[in-house]
Amino acid sequence: MSDFIATNLPKVTSLFTAMAAFFIILAVIFVVAGLANGKKARPIALLVFLTPALLLLLAGLVIPTGRTILFSFMNPNSDGFVGFENYAWIATDPGVRTVLFNTALWTILTPLFTTALGLYLAVMLDRMRGESIPKSLIFMPMAISFVGASIIFKFMYEYRDPGEAQIGLLSAIVQAIGFGPSNWLLVKPLNTLLLMVVFIWTQTGFAMVILSAAIKGVPADVLEASALDGATGWKLFRGVTFPMVRTTFVVVLATMVVASLKLFDIVRTMTGGNFGTSVLANEMYSQIFVQFDAGKGSALAVMLFLSVTPIFIYNIRSLKRERSNK
Amino acid sequence: MSSRGLSQANPAKKLFASKWATVIVWFITLLWFIPSLSLLVTSFRSKDDVFNTGWWTAFGNPSFTLDSYRSVFFGDNGGGVSDGVLPYFVNSIVITLPATIFPVVIATMAAYALAWIRFKGSDTVFYIIFALQIVPLQMALVPLLKLFTGGASIGSFQFFPALGIAGDFAGIWLPHTMFSMPLAIYLLHNFVSSLPREIMEAAVVDGANHFRIFRSIVLPLSIPGIASFAIFQFLWVWNDLLVALTFSSGLDNVAPINAKIASLVGQYGSSWETLTAGAFVTISVPLIVFFSLQKYFVRGLLAGSVK
Repeated sequence: MSDFIATNLPKVTSLFTAMAAFFIILAVIFVVAGLANGKKARPIALLVFLTPALLLLLAGLVIPTGRTILFSFMNPNSDGFVGFENYAWIATDPGVRTVLFNTALWTILTPLFTTALGLYLAVMLDRMRGESIPKSLIFMPMAISFVGASIIFKFMYEYRDPGEAQIGLLSAIVQAIGFGPSNWLLVKPLNTLLLMVVFIWTQTGFAMVILSAAIKGVPADVLEASALDGATGWKLFRGVTFPMVRTTFVVVLATMVVASLKLFDIVRTMTGGNFGTSVLANEMYSQIFVQFDAGKGSALAVMLFLSVTPIFIYNIRSLKRERSNK
Repeated sequence: MSSRGLSQANPAKKLFASKWATVIVWFITLLWFIPSLSLLVTSFRSKDDVFNTGWWTAFGNPSFTLDSYRSVFFGDNGGGVSDGVLPYFVNSIVITLPATIFPVVIATMAAYALAWIRFKGSDTVFYIIFALQIVPLQMALVPLLKLFTGGASIGSFQFFPALGIAGDFAGIWLPHTMFSMPLAIYLLHNFVSSLPREIMEAAVVDGANHFRIFRSIVLPLSIPGIASFAIFQFLWVWNDLLVALTFSSGLDNVAPINAKIASLVGQYGSSWETLTAGAFVTISVPLIVFFSLQKYFVRGLLAGSVK
């Protein structure tokens, strides 16, 4: 116990020191800069308020992005140029082809499934009584880290030789209905689908909650009018509800696409990218921190950057449109 | 997109209520709850029970123990996690609090400047910051790590010194603060810019300068917006793996619990009783935040769904 305190007290001390230092420095700057008056007051205030954020953005995002692009044309140690060699490797290496194929699979299947199921649940919730408990329970996995969720599902997929007592739920069910369970995470391409289940489990609640808020925003009189005209069930959904939540649906879908493209934690925790399950972000990590090849790793990062770009250009455009309508 | 509470019902629409919807939703809810239940149950079973029988048999033959939690918290003398995960839990707290509070303060300041100290081009700066969300954090990892360890130089000219904070908590606070900026400024700008103009103008008439306005008007009135973003950022940092692995890899004195648990999966892949207990400790904090602050959590998610 005293050991524990001896090793951990300094950490807590550094926590409080850092916080105190941060606020004291800020307070001093505020007081000193506040003394300025007249014509200088405004530019000084602007400087004080804006500079920290701009410096962080410059040092943390803008310059590193430039350097990563530069590194992607360099050798593993980033001390000599190799032209397009790293990109040629991406285009031709059969291992990378699997990675790109998996990433494409993730980017297409998971967002569609997650958003569609979220929408279905949102519609069903709207038609039932006492929705708050189911909503909370389905939404809850969203608070669980991908690492935690991966451990949960790795346990669900745990495998023992056929005929033995199974401790993984999936294996137990498969054995109970008379089939031999397999070592799930080793079977291609089933393993990638099983990893997707983890993503779907954590993210469906998110899609559901956001779409549910949109559905509740559909005016009741519009629904009543269509119902009086004889629209029911599917027809009511297709003709009235869906068109009114379409924008939200697209936003959720785009969010899921970006999350699937950047996906790292699930693959890292469950298979480490082995057995043909690797994806772009995981491969990038392996190249940099396992193979120590900053060139190939950076080229993969640039690929990731390029693939999310269209979605964000769309986002920026809609933001501009929204603002000009104000 | 309007942000509403979790359980706001529209009475008129309950006209369409159907029994089938109730059955289907409860079925899916049950399905969704089984994984969490398996984690919880397994973490309270003995090593032998977990190894020999499925967790669902615990319902017919209940026998529970706190052994796994004891070994996860305080370590044990063989098998499991040698010194327990409690030090990593402390690391997580030491990482997460500043990595939440620093961005909140710095981003609120920037948001105030962009919204209320208008200057030529302040809209452009805002759009550029928003657009920076486009950069996946993967793009910044390697250069940032190099910056922390070796500084930055052009040829032999060192224009930025090595910060010497690699392997230090500051080396994790800083990347989290940097990466959170675009989203934080965007969200808080939305909030700060919608504060009533009359209050601001009245304060100026009273002779308050920008620093006073920021402290006594902007911060207090922005609490709901700040809370939404802070919860989002707190959970993001607590649950993060990539930044943690990159900036604390192999460093037990700073690694957060999430990264530690992830590494245990590789080392103790079959000690499910320990892994499940460790995982439950890891996710307990986000779950507490989730259940106690659900309203703010949803609001933050609605607004921050692009990260």
